[in-house]
Amino acid sequence: MNDGTMTGDQDGGAAQRFDVTMTVNGIERTASCEGRRNLVDFLRHDLHLTGSHVGCEHGVCGACTVLVDDHAVRGCLMLAVQAEGRRVETIEGLSPEDGPLSDLPRLFAEQYALQCGFCTPGILMTLREVIRDTPDAGETELREALSGNLCRCTGYQNIVDAALAALALMRDGGEGA
Amino acid sequence: MKPAPFRYHAPGAFDEALAMMGDLDNAKALAGGQSLMAMLNLRYAMPDHLVDLNGIEALRGISDGPDGIAIGAMTRQRVLERDSLLAMRAPIFAEALRHVGHLQTRNRGTIGGSLCHLDPAAELPVLAMLHDAVLRVRSAARGERSLDMAAFPAFYMTPSLEPDELLVGLSFMPWPEGTRHAFLEVARRHGDFAIVAVGCLVALDGKGAIDRAAIVLGGIGPAPIRLTAGEAMLRGERPGIELFRAVGAEAAGLEAMGDSAYSAGYRQHLAGVLVRRALQRACPSEAGVIS
Repeated sequence: MNDGTMTGDQDGGAAQRFDVTMTVNGIERTASCEGRRNLVDFLRHDLHLTGSHVGCEHGVCGACTVLVDDHAVRGCLMLAVQAEGRRVETIEGLSPEDGPLSDLPRLFAEQYALQCGFCTPGILMTLREVIRDTPDAGETELREALSGNLCRCTGYQNIVDAALAALALMRDGGEGA
Repeated sequence: MKPAPFRYHAPGAFDEALAMMGDLDNAKALAGGQSLMAMLNLRYAMPDHLVDLNGIEALRGISDGPDGIAIGAMTRQRVLERDSLLAMRAPIFAEALRHVGHLQTRNRGTIGGSLCHLDPAAELPVLAMLHDAVLRVRSAARGERSLDMAAFPAFYMTPSLEPDELLVGLSFMPWPEGTRHAFLEVARRHGDFAIVAVGCLVALDGKGAIDRAAIVLGGIGPAPIRLTAGEAMLRGERPGIELFRAVGAEAAGLEAMGDSAYSAGYRQHLAGVLVRRALQRACPSEAGVIS
């Protein structure tokens, strides 16, 4: 990150820009953005990774959830400049581009855990932390973690079932997420 | 919506941040951002300068010392939730933190941010008041001062901080080993701010009577309220359901805020029920099953 080069006339309120570098899904990426650019808009507009969705833009819906240094965070409540030098994981990194789906999205598809799919990227990224972090989590812990992601289609039951199946698979030695 | 333009600053040292808060006009300090970033997105807040405290390592950490447990202002809520020292010496933290937002917000949100944002129903100000925490604040111009949590709220969502001051951290003396505790709240959905939240600590003496008790309510007034009258009723008495009902009735008599969603009367009702239930949950063998 540079010191925030001002482009244009400072007094005219011109934008303060930064070159931001972060590792996204294992690949180092750099792009220029304004200081006020939030992380999810940076991923979508500057890196063209449109898998992470933007819902409420005030931290309630969870659609923009991504992992930063292994922790699920709201992509709308963190600035892109704050992710300078960090490891970011998005839905695009969950499965290989040309390969089959990894366990978690595959189980979501098999168990009808999504309908319109708008909330799904955020939910999968939240579950990625939960499954990695607490593989012995039960339904109560899963539901508590998922309380930070709103789904208006499914009623959550199939989401919880698919997540439980992923946890069981992980305990049996699979990748789970 | 997107934030209005601001100049972003990322000081690496606390002194640098304090100098910025003193020198820059209309500057706002950014802690975990789980409230401020939403306010920026909605343009409720439009600072000219944003001073990001996330790069200041010295503001993070939990330690045990002669002044009790000290917590740095930028310690994340997720760290507090899983800290082994707090689990041993102040276990109510882990219990209450499960109600603070969600996993995704606790991964970023900080204790100092929550104290300074001072939402009337937030859980962490309730915990700070419950433990009679002492807050350290500092400015470049006037150095450091300490104040009690009880004196920290100035008005609704406004702490007693000058524009150039930043919170360094808080400290408190942990209660004796074996202290009973409970934290309960009613919220519309899990992770929402509480309508009413109650935390209590109860320490018994060697003969089974209550030696010391603390009860704090959030969501009732503009800042957390200490139920001092109820605490006095408990002191020296043996725990029991009739006593706890009486303390609950005391809480239900507090003056309460009302708004379009939840009337003052409803909050008073919740205060009474939650205080009684919290005391029961803290002393289950003495006060029976919660109803």
